Amino acid sequence: MNKLLNVSSSPHTRSDVTTRNLMFDVVIAMIPTSLYGIWQFGVSALLILIVTVLSCVLSEYVYEKALHKPITIGDMSAVVTGMILGLNMPPTIPLWIPALGGVFAIIVVKQLYGGLGQNFMNPALAARCFLLISFANKMSSFTLDGVTGATPLALMKSGTVMGPNEISAMFVGRIPGTIGEVSTIALLIGAAYLLYKKVISIRIPGAYIVTFAIFVFIFGGMDLNKVLAHLCGGGLIFGAFFMATDYVTSPITPNGQIVFGVLLGVLTGLFRLFGGSAEGVSYAIIISNLFVPLIERFTLPAAFGKEGKKA
Amino acid sequence: MNKCAERLYNGIIKENPTFVLMLGMCPTLATTTSAINGLGMGLTTTAVLIFSNLIISALRNIIPDRVRIPAYIVIVASLVTIVQLLLQAYIPTLNDALGIFIPLIVVNCIILGRAEAYAAKNGPVESAFDGIGMGLGFALALTCIGLVREILGSGSVFGIGIIPDDFHISIFGLAPGAFFVLAGLTALQNKFKMPSATNVEGNGSVLACGGDCMNCSGSACMANHATLETRRLQAEEDALKAKQAMLAKKQAELSAKLDKKDE
Repeated sequence: MNKLLNVSSSPHTRSDVTTRNLMFDVVIAMIPTSLYGIWQFGVSALLILIVTVLSCVLSEYVYEKALHKPITIGDMSAVVTGMILGLNMPPTIPLWIPALGGVFAIIVVKQLYGGLGQNFMNPALAARCFLLISFANKMSSFTLDGVTGATPLALMKSGTVMGPNEISAMFVGRIPGTIGEVSTIALLIGAAYLLYKKVISIRIPGAYIVTFAIFVFIFGGMDLNKVLAHLCGGGLIFGAFFMATDYVTSPITPNGQIVFGVLLGVLTGLFRLFGGSAEGVSYAIIISNLFVPLIERFTLPAAFGKEGKKA
Repeated sequence: MNKCAERLYNGIIKENPTFVLMLGMCPTLATTTSAINGLGMGLTTTAVLIFSNLIISALRNIIPDRVRIPAYIVIVASLVTIVQLLLQAYIPTLNDALGIFIPLIVVNCIILGRAEAYAAKNGPVESAFDGIGMGLGFALALTCIGLVREILGSGSVFGIGIIPDDFHISIFGLAPGAFFVLAGLTALQNKFKMPSATNVEGNGSVLACGGDCMNCSGSACMANHATLETRRLQAEEDALKAKQAMLAKKQAELSAKLDKKDE
């Protein structure tokens, strides 16, 4: 009788997953593509990553200090925002622009709405779009090995047809683009790590990529090479696995995640094939972020015991 | 405070149409791409507002209540037409810059709002000063927003460049920048507790409008004022009744005691 019956209210078991662990896993998953970007674009890429991470963490600290709120830089979410923002920058940009982007992401998009968990769109992407509108020229001039060149998507927009050689170059990453989006293989390694650790589920990226591929196949002239080039030649893989799956700005219901992915795929396809600019992943994701409350509302699963009844 | 000066203070600071009342947002967001455009729009609106308040106030006893809105619109539209022709004749560049937003002053809610809330109930002189105050408040707000957007978006102040081309954040010249700057300036206004109708200090009223009914002229506040007045009268009456009842009771007790003594 020495085993006492402990009576307590739920929860009875606690998982050791914390915000900090999850964010740390995301950082680890972004390391392969960051290393590839630094290897290909040189020290400037490293500097940009350092500047964005520092500017995000510092703005979070300064804002919370100034408003006498608990300091939350320990949960690593600002580091993740900074890394995503840095990986979305072209490698030759003057350093003050990424720094400004970090301040905008954290202060305007995240903290003014109440901090982590309250922001209605992905801070890094909102900052990227802010910079893209503000500094259109600097944000879209890409170089590879010191030579300014057009991204594969821009080439396809102006009518160039991609063959198997170009597609394999895109898969490895020997193309001009932003620091983090060029190497599909490095991104897939990071994505596999996230899926293995169950940080993300396959629903959003899967639905996104499949929908987008079907959309491009149907409206892009039934050309498989074109579909592959669209999948590997831009920010799609990076966006699908690392940015669309942000917990705060994506639906939590399983069906909602599929709907969200399909919406992303259709929007990205529309922007890339019929829109004015070559790339559309960022805009597709932040617009879909705005639909998340609506999607969740309509895909709320019935509670146990309520099946078949209308609430 | 002198009534006319009070109207000026009320319009420019206490009930600033842009930062406090949040009226006339469409021209505010659309025409403030530069300080000079904001100032131009503000002064144009001021001119229309002064004369519309004056005329409407002078005619307030002639205009039948049921057709007052069409009557106001006719008055405002005539004034806007005059102003537009004057602008076309003497300041064509401003006219080109403001474009469609000059004719749209006809439906600007500040002008109809002041006509309905103030000019229709007060004398012509006060109404004209109300128009000056509100108009200058609007012009001041638009100039501030335009100045900030011009400095950040195109690096100049009233057209004089001060920041090199490389450092222009062009989003501030576009629509999203207007929202950012408007929100930022409104937040500053709230932060520094500028004396305004929405910033009542301490134990103000529980009413959403701040309860400053003595200096308020809006119809909702009038209704609130009336409600408060009825409540106060009711409470006074109740107190009186209670007092009387108490007095009667005491008297009865006293007389009962006296009766006992007598026995």
